[in-house]
Amino acid sequence: MDMTGEYRIPAPRQAVWEALNDPDVLKACIPGCESLEKSGDEMNATVVAKIGPVKAKFSGKVRLENLNPPTSYSIVGEGSGGVAGFAKGGADVSLADDGADTILSYTAKAQVGGKLAQLGSRLIDGTAKMMADQFFSAFTAKVGAAAAAAAPAGVVADAPVATGAYDGTAPADRDGGAVAVKEDALDRVVHAAEAAEREAEKRVETAAIKSGPSGPMLWGLVALAVLVVILIIGAL
Amino acid sequence: MGLEGIGARVVRKEDKRFITGRGKYTDDIVLKDTTHGVFVRSPHAHAKILSIDTAAALAAPGVIAVLTGADLAGDRIGGLICGWMIHSRDGSPMKAGAHPAIAHDRVRHVGDQVALVIAETKAEARDAAELVEVEYETLPAVVDPAHAMDADAPQLHDVAPNNLIFDWVLGDEAATDAAFANAAHVVELDIINNRLSPNPMEPRSAIGYYDPSEEHYDLYTTSQNPHVARLVLSAFIGIAPEHKLRVVAPDVGGGFGAKIYIYPEETACLWASKRIGGRPVKWTSERAEAFLTDCHGRDHVTKAKLALAADGTFLALRSDTIANIGAYMSTFSSATPTYLHGTLLSGQYVIPAIFTNVKAVYTNTTPVDAYRGAGRPEATFIVERLVETAARQLGMDPAELRRKNFIRSFPYQTPVILTYDAGDFEGNLDKALAAVDYAGFAARKAEAKARGKLRGIGFSSYIEACGIAPSQAVGSLGSGVGLWESAEVRVNPVGSVEILTGSHSHGQGHETTFAQLVNERLGIGMENIQIVHGDTDKVQFGMGTYGSRSGAVGMSAIVKALDKVEAKAKKIAAHLMEASEADIVMEGGELKVAGTDKKLPFFQVALAAYTAHNLPAGMEPGLKEGAFYDPTNFTYPAGTYICEVEVDPDTGKVEIVQFVAVDDFGRIINPMIVEGQVHGGLAQGIGQALMEGVSYDPQSGQLLTGSYMDYCMPRADDVPSFKVDHVTTLCPGNPLGMKGCGEAGAIGSPPAVINAITDAIGNNNLSMPATPAKVWAAVHAA
Repeated sequence: MDMTGEYRIPAPRQAVWEALNDPDVLKACIPGCESLEKSGDEMNATVVAKIGPVKAKFSGKVRLENLNPPTSYSIVGEGSGGVAGFAKGGADVSLADDGADTILSYTAKAQVGGKLAQLGSRLIDGTAKMMADQFFSAFTAKVGAAAAAAAPAGVVADAPVATGAYDGTAPADRDGGAVAVKEDALDRVVHAAEAAEREAEKRVETAAIKSGPSGPMLWGLVALAVLVVILIIGAL
Repeated sequence: MGLEGIGARVVRKEDKRFITGRGKYTDDIVLKDTTHGVFVRSPHAHAKILSIDTAAALAAPGVIAVLTGADLAGDRIGGLICGWMIHSRDGSPMKAGAHPAIAHDRVRHVGDQVALVIAETKAEARDAAELVEVEYETLPAVVDPAHAMDADAPQLHDVAPNNLIFDWVLGDEAATDAAFANAAHVVELDIINNRLSPNPMEPRSAIGYYDPSEEHYDLYTTSQNPHVARLVLSAFIGIAPEHKLRVVAPDVGGGFGAKIYIYPEETACLWASKRIGGRPVKWTSERAEAFLTDCHGRDHVTKAKLALAADGTFLALRSDTIANIGAYMSTFSSATPTYLHGTLLSGQYVIPAIFTNVKAVYTNTTPVDAYRGAGRPEATFIVERLVETAARQLGMDPAELRRKNFIRSFPYQTPVILTYDAGDFEGNLDKALAAVDYAGFAARKAEAKARGKLRGIGFSSYIEACGIAPSQAVGSLGSGVGLWESAEVRVNPVGSVEILTGSHSHGQGHETTFAQLVNERLGIGMENIQIVHGDTDKVQFGMGTYGSRSGAVGMSAIVKALDKVEAKAKKIAAHLMEASEADIVMEGGELKVAGTDKKLPFFQVALAAYTAHNLPAGMEPGLKEGAFYDPTNFTYPAGTYICEVEVDPDTGKVEIVQFVAVDDFGRIINPMIVEGQVHGGLAQGIGQALMEGVSYDPQSGQLLTGSYMDYCMPRADDVPSFKVDHVTTLCPGNPLGMKGCGEAGAIGSPPAVINAITDAIGNNNLSMPATPAKVWAAVHAA
């Protein structure tokens, strides 16, 4: 699965960088994050996540590489869900000034294995995108001024990469292309609505909070969060 | 034909127990003190096993043992084998890598088994399996056969450089190339024969039981050929000598080839039962495991071409195929892409020169072996797609181009080993054309166009080689076993009959059709005939069921045994009625003296044989005869299938509006069962053409089609109501004239469907499965 995205954050680049390095900020922004431990450039986290009827705890760790503050870094993560399989991946993150705002852009890759791949491959892209949106909404709200929380500039999930066989064969569509397209569109609308709802909630919750800046671990945790979500799918 | 004899539509005897839930499958068998095994499987397509920590699993509730590949190696249990030797064009033998029943130092596909957890209950075994910690060092994986031989491709087995197992050729390359050089027309195609998952309704299952007091093993397993399983487990894997190993394959719920092979799981269960001191070990596959470990089918990448003269006469055919064998060589994996495939490339046609090259390669995927049709669907797809494409390029009617090139005189020696013995290919075609109303197609197409639909018609005139027989022939081609069949006819003192057969029924209805044969011969009612199969303690030996061989080979053995029973019964009857043996005739369950009113019912003769009070001088008591039958040739079922489709250009959705199947199966014992076999085969072939396809992630080697969410099986509303009919030319090679019907539907239908769709959309570039997305893209690329 490949994912790219770009967010406008209404805060100076240095402030964004610091927030990315703050375990507390990250913990607050990752949905369901229970614990977050940092040692050196490594971080371990436990996340309780709920998708549909399933609520489960997952563990994962991420490592930061190629640190170039306050401009860019890479993050490599791995999540384990026991017999559900594994997920591993990474993201390249960069920050750029744009007037008083910071443009945060990333490209992320994740790979899943075992039951996750066999049973959940077609759900992963949508879930990961949702997870990323959720995280960035919270982060933007936290780092930017509460009143000026910016909307995401957009997250794009490139769907075909993980599902293509060597001959480019997509899994069979039983009900025909048109129906599949409609369902996909419907999914997107639902996701968008859910994301908007969550964003609104986060703004209310975070309006009163004025936490200080910190850490680039955030992006790792985005990758981790994505992995965790993927792991949950596998347990369904 | 009597009410229950040959040719009658007798309702299947076995269905009463199947549809009332009283079938006895392996998983239904509960032995005393049974333990339950669960396999820990690799989540990686390719990895080194660095360590396995079993401590936590061993400490879990109910756990009896956790066994690994190291334990297996320590007990000197041999690896699994491939039983058909293929030699490369340079004369070297195929390069088979080791295939341990539990992986030892390396895993080579997702689902490769790395440990066996045995516990008191299945739930405890599953829980404990989660606690086995395996440390892997992942390696790069290759899943695409077309890239398996690339210079930078990951290497699976040291014995097979470049992942090449064999580089096999058949036919006259020089003559073929010369024919192409001088041909007026050359038609070329790139073909991918998509990888399929077999999906029998009953998942695989095994119970291994070792009795230490007798040093004897029992294996209950979902097998299509229990005697072959015993032979391999004894002679090659070294579990126990044959007389100390009983293999029982009870009711088996579908096989389609996937249950021919000797798998790691049953081997491990047998061995494990001894390891834990002689308690039975049961394992039953979950559906997710079945997707990962049941041998897949097909997966060929082919370049093919056909040379034609200016008038459409076929001159030569050449194909170059890369066959994906998967991570290990399964039991008959080498035969499928070679002698079951290359030998059928002449199709129903006179093609003076044929050459084929098959390179078999390892990849980090589930092993590939025979699946319904096994090699012949791949060959038929090549031939029939080429012929249809040629007709379009030459502007000829596809039916007439076929007719022009049909073989008409028999026996016919093809350039690729086989000698076709009988057939009426034009008769099949004509009957199919009439059934589909070919003359009215243009009007139907125009009418569909007015509704905005694209209507197309496609042909497939297939031929297959069945029986998988004569032993001498298959031996010369590399088979490790002979492929005859055995039967025993036991007449009881009261005149009822037990037939012991080496064939195995896993859905084919042998308990009905075999009994119909006995009814026809001895005049005994079906209720007095019992068919016994699937137990090595009861049936002395047998080669099992695959390759549509139970009728042509298995029933022929029964005929031979019945001949002996009849001869002895006649001797006894002649003696009792004081007549000449030559004057005794057997009719309607009675032995009569021709030309007189003297007669004896068969049961009285049977009783006389067992009382032995008054038998001819020197005759042994009893009435029981056995026979082995080894055919003189393969059998050659053939037919013409015509598919008519409508494509919705806006959605790419394909609807099969008509499907005609005309088959020549030789003698038909039970038309109802034969029609059922054809319907099932067609559904599987249409599934391959339109819906089914195993997908792996090309980078990670992860199986993406691991459930019915993503692996699309045809359902009843995906297939039309078939028009099935027959032409009959008797097979001269066996006493009943039978050819076999089990695989034809799956062999003949995929090219008919793809030919129809490509005709409808006017774009010949379409691969299977032709999903709506692919068809839509092809419509709009045309």
